[in-house]
Amino acid sequence: MQDIAFYIFAALTLICGFLVVFNPLSRNPVTSAMFLVLTIISMAGLFVLLNAFFLAAVQILVYAGAVLVVFVFVIMLLDLKEEERRKVNIMGVGLGILSVASIFYILVFRVFTKAGLNEKAVVATVEGDTKSLGMILFKNYLLPFEVLSLLLLVGVVGAILLSKKDLK
Amino acid sequence: MNLEFLLFSALKVVGVFALVMPMIAYSVMAERKISAWIQDRVGPNRVGPQGMLQPLADGIKFLLKEDFTPAHVRKAYFWLAPAIAMVPAFLTMAVIPFGSTIGHQKMVIADLNVGILYTFGIVSLGVYGIVLAGYASNSKYPFLGGIRSSAQMISYELAMGLAVIPVFMLVGDLNLSKVIEYQSNHGWLVLYAPFSFVIFLVSSFAETNRLPFDMPESESELVAGYHTEYSSMKFALFFMGEYANMISASAMMVTLFFGGWTLPWFSEPALSNAWMYGALHIGVFIAKMLAFMVLFIWIRWMLPRFRYDQLMDLGWRRFLPFALLNVLAYAVWLWVRA
Repeated sequence: MQDIAFYIFAALTLICGFLVVFNPLSRNPVTSAMFLVLTIISMAGLFVLLNAFFLAAVQILVYAGAVLVVFVFVIMLLDLKEEERRKVNIMGVGLGILSVASIFYILVFRVFTKAGLNEKAVVATVEGDTKSLGMILFKNYLLPFEVLSLLLLVGVVGAILLSKKDLK
Repeated sequence: MNLEFLLFSALKVVGVFALVMPMIAYSVMAERKISAWIQDRVGPNRVGPQGMLQPLADGIKFLLKEDFTPAHVRKAYFWLAPAIAMVPAFLTMAVIPFGSTIGHQKMVIADLNVGILYTFGIVSLGVYGIVLAGYASNSKYPFLGGIRSSAQMISYELAMGLAVIPVFMLVGDLNLSKVIEYQSNHGWLVLYAPFSFVIFLVSSFAETNRLPFDMPESESELVAGYHTEYSSMKFALFFMGEYANMISASAMMVTLFFGGWTLPWFSEPALSNAWMYGALHIGVFIAKMLAFMVLFIWIRWMLPRFRYDQLMDLGWRRFLPFALLNVLAYAVWLWVRA
């Protein structure tokens, strides 16, 4: 049951992800953004299968619900005629496939064969609920976590600075 | 994943759906009746006794009217948008505990341990229906409606999400069943977190696009906003989506702040068997929910619409800092008490 669900979500993630960059039917950026939403939702499905419920919920809440709404918002306000007229860049698609294939190669043939695919290592050791995640974030990784939040703050301040018309 | 679990889950899904659909229909009816009373009119009173069959007539009318698709729309999104507007409203009901137990079955479809985060995640997807409707219609007013709604819903999601944090700091769990358990032991959370409740209530008006925050529709400036180009059943889906959203927002408020299916002050009446307690608890939950629905409707006919800049100002410069302060205050209080 779980295996079937994994294959469904993995396939959905890959197919939708592919359609984001290379959609033969439509060159509309809004369509690409919508497929990105689907990609993210299927990835949330994968997180659920790994018992990481908190990550799954936050994935949908933050990426699908907020970040991509802003994407769509901005894309809609642009002039899309130019973008839609553009042909698919064969060169770009080829390079993209090549790079994904090489990453796939490295993962499968180097990591797994050298380390030996250890079945036991895949078993989840932590229930991915909020409490254990909070414990890890605020005890083991407190400094990186705080540094990251500072980085976000810098980003916010920068955005405000850039959007100000005249600085005083 | 056994057969019994699947069977009872399916039963609960069908049960909730069968309960919510007529509730939507009669909320529309209630909206029309209450607005009529407020404005000293009679309201719909022709179909059936006291006009009680009006929802049926409305439904038939929606189904039989011509489903007109304007030539200039983007077809795929035009068809997709009403469905996307409707679905999230129903998905949020999956985690709401609407009763105690009947037999051995807990009266909640999915007892998730991240219940509230799931709800916020799904609610945040609801904006796509409206945004896509505005985009698909490919004309000025719907587009403006869609843009407004996306900005409005993102803004108020933040305030809403921050507002409930104190509730979960008090309870110590994200599971909604645990929230109700806490309330049955300690009393309603609205008493402990009144500011959270106020912010949540106002934000839920903005999230469901109801007056005084119905900027995406605002008929006096945008014709009908995002659903201007829609007719027949597609329009009905948007309409029902709005009421379904109101129902799930009411259910959330009852669960988070008003004790869910528990009775506060009265000791429970002695009933002959456990089944009747189960039914009583569901009844209590629905009664509390209906009270909030009436509040939603009542406020719509009492207050004028905000201006758009006022709406943004309220969301970002009043509610957001206030909600943050609220979180801080509860954190300090809990820290001092511990």
